[in-house]
Amino acid sequence: MNEVPASSARAGGLERRVEPHRDGPGTSVLRPAVMLLLLMTVITGLAYPLAITGIAQVLFPDQANGSLIVRDGRAIGSRLIGQPFSAAGDFWSRPSASTPQPYNGLDSTGSNLGPLNPALLVAVKARIAALRAADPGNTAPIPVDLVTASASGLDPDISIAAADYQAARVARARHLRLATVRRLIAAHARYPWLGVLGEPHVNVLELNLALAAVK
Amino acid sequence: MTAQSWELLALFLALTLLCVKPLGLYMAKVVAGEPVGPARSSGALERLIYRLCGIDPAAEMGWQRYAIALLVFNALGGVLLYVLQRLQYELPLNPQHFAGVSPDTAFNTAISFITNTNWQSYTPETSLSYLTQMMGLAVQNFLSAATGIAVAVALIRGLARHSARTIGNFWVDLTRVTLYVLLPIAALIAVVLVSQGVIQNFSPYKTVSLLQPVTYPQQRVNAAGKTVTQSVTTDVQTLPMGPVASQEAIKELGTNGGGFFTATSAHPYENPDALTNLIEILAIVLIPAALTYTFGHMVGDTRQGWAVLAAMLILFVPLYVLCNHAEQLGNPRLTALGVNQTASRLQSGGNMEGKEVRFGIAGSTLFATVATATSTGAVDSMHDSYMPLGGLALLFNMMLGEVVFGGVGSGLYSMLIFAIVGVFIAGLMIGRTPEYLGKKIEAFEMKMSSIAILVMPVLVLVGTAVAVSLPAGRAGAFNPGAHGFAEILYAFTSAANNNGSAFAGINAATPFYNITLGLVMWIGRYWPIVAVLAISGSLAAKKRIPVTAGTMPTHGPTFILLLIGTVLLVGALTFVPALALGPIVEHLLLWRH
Repeated sequence: MNEVPASSARAGGLERRVEPHRDGPGTSVLRPAVMLLLLMTVITGLAYPLAITGIAQVLFPDQANGSLIVRDGRAIGSRLIGQPFSAAGDFWSRPSASTPQPYNGLDSTGSNLGPLNPALLVAVKARIAALRAADPGNTAPIPVDLVTASASGLDPDISIAAADYQAARVARARHLRLATVRRLIAAHARYPWLGVLGEPHVNVLELNLALAAVK
Repeated sequence: MTAQSWELLALFLALTLLCVKPLGLYMAKVVAGEPVGPARSSGALERLIYRLCGIDPAAEMGWQRYAIALLVFNALGGVLLYVLQRLQYELPLNPQHFAGVSPDTAFNTAISFITNTNWQSYTPETSLSYLTQMMGLAVQNFLSAATGIAVAVALIRGLARHSARTIGNFWVDLTRVTLYVLLPIAALIAVVLVSQGVIQNFSPYKTVSLLQPVTYPQQRVNAAGKTVTQSVTTDVQTLPMGPVASQEAIKELGTNGGGFFTATSAHPYENPDALTNLIEILAIVLIPAALTYTFGHMVGDTRQGWAVLAAMLILFVPLYVLCNHAEQLGNPRLTALGVNQTASRLQSGGNMEGKEVRFGIAGSTLFATVATATSTGAVDSMHDSYMPLGGLALLFNMMLGEVVFGGVGSGLYSMLIFAIVGVFIAGLMIGRTPEYLGKKIEAFEMKMSSIAILVMPVLVLVGTAVAVSLPAGRAGAFNPGAHGFAEILYAFTSAANNNGSAFAGINAATPFYNITLGLVMWIGRYWPIVAVLAISGSLAAKKRIPVTAGTMPTHGPTFILLLIGTVLLVGALTFVPALALGPIVEHLLLWRH
């Protein structure tokens, strides 16, 4: 590393005259390299994240700390992180590939099953069976997001179609009128901004919290 | 493709093109050493850095000294990152009390981050302390990006100068790019990301109560030493915390891609909504696209830069369309089960396995195409679960050598090498000495160009062949059949091109993959860099030959087509056989009825 080959390539042979080596060729590379690495570590690895944290905690404390939903002084979830639901009276979230339990906040992952993998078909069939068993009368095609695992394993949303698909089951289990449940879905439904940005979706945890609040 | 997918593409392209000229000009000023912004305060920091490091900013370097400085600096960065990971339990900001990272994983991760690859063979939320993430990984996100830009700028100087002995000062390039380009833009993006829900704190992980308790099977070892499956019920969820936004911003801006969490940009705390998704996609492509303008400006003819950008866009759009189309079409086997995959006003439809509802098909495929085109390892959907042709588009993006935008700096310098090869081929066809931007392209440049271009296919194909020949390599495949082969091919393609994304089912957290992929990343990064710097030094020393009637213009449609042709020729001829064994077979199997 220390010695610059003096005469090999055409441009290289001339370069010694360009940079005067006061301390010899070795130290003239090592000292800047070590010092610059340390200084950059302090600037980009310490000052930068600390400054952003300071700004974030002042301007957007709620978002910076996880967008938590707090009820009676207790954190009961995050608006951004999904939770698993399996009761007939709740809207179900998407299947989650995280292990050992679904929606494990410490294991953000998808299934990574390829489209031809038999295990994918087995999993999807089981999910279809569970949905049909909970709502035997419903023969509508099932929206794809309800039977496929998300990328993060923590997807907080389902499509509006997936919420609509579950509306009748939820209404029956909760002894609510279907129209009431549909109104709740409509109130929580989000459509693409200007038709371009975003996808039709409903936040499952917020929808279920709203559902639980219906008297 | 849905109308929305087209509109999102148009919006993305429009916003990108809007930024190309202003940012390109600004970067040209930065690397030219001109004062930028509120120069007094920032200039003071820069001068202080030079003084502390003993750097004479006025002294320029020849290509060999430039290369040595770069290699030494990067190697030291790797050592520091390795040590930080191994000793993290001794160091502060480790609220979860994680132990030191294993030697092979730490080796792989250190190389992965200094080479701008950001391949992740570790599980961040259960193994890395906040300190390791921000003072180790994020620092290399900045420095590897700045290194790439420095090499690109050095090559541009080689083209722009004549009869010169030097190609710039590596320390100065690295410092100025980090201070004046990467830091301010990353800070801006980070604050915007926080406003949308990306977290930024130093709290320990938080526990929240679940609305509905969940029961699941868990394997335990009982008193007799036997593994038994127990039913466990929990009513809480642990939410990982950390300084995410600051890292997320530079992770995209530097085309790095190593996520704060395993799911990287699919994790809601890294990428909470469609707006952050678009911002992250733009952040990825911003610098690689704008550098083409910097190039044109520095060589004194902005049309040269636009021509390179045009070639990139012409390669990009069809691959996005292919990927999006394959994903929107969905999985025929699910349709057969009565699953509705049709896009409507109420759902995005398509192949949603491994995708997030808030991104749908449009946002997922745009992110995936941009990330694989730019050597960014981030994903907002799981590429392993893509349809065969969707995954093929992503693989092919990387196999083109990461020149469709490409990594920050590396995309431009690799594309300029293809341009040199292109004019050489054209020169052969018309029987003239090839020249590019007034510089004669001779044997030395062609040797170095071949070295720079061909090392990647060798690493990918030999690496894949070795892996599928050995039990330790085959053991990594997660999916059966052709898709398992594609996982291994993807891993070596990603490593050799310093991309960092994966068909993530592959179990690469083994000594075999940690070491082989570590070496592949290392060679795939620095071998071409040294060759590029050698070309730069050689070109800088040459005289500029005047433009004559016989000079082939390198800014018109002919050149753009020539450049695209060269890229495709090398990429397609080299990799089509390997692709045929993976995604193409898989596609034929899936649609055979």
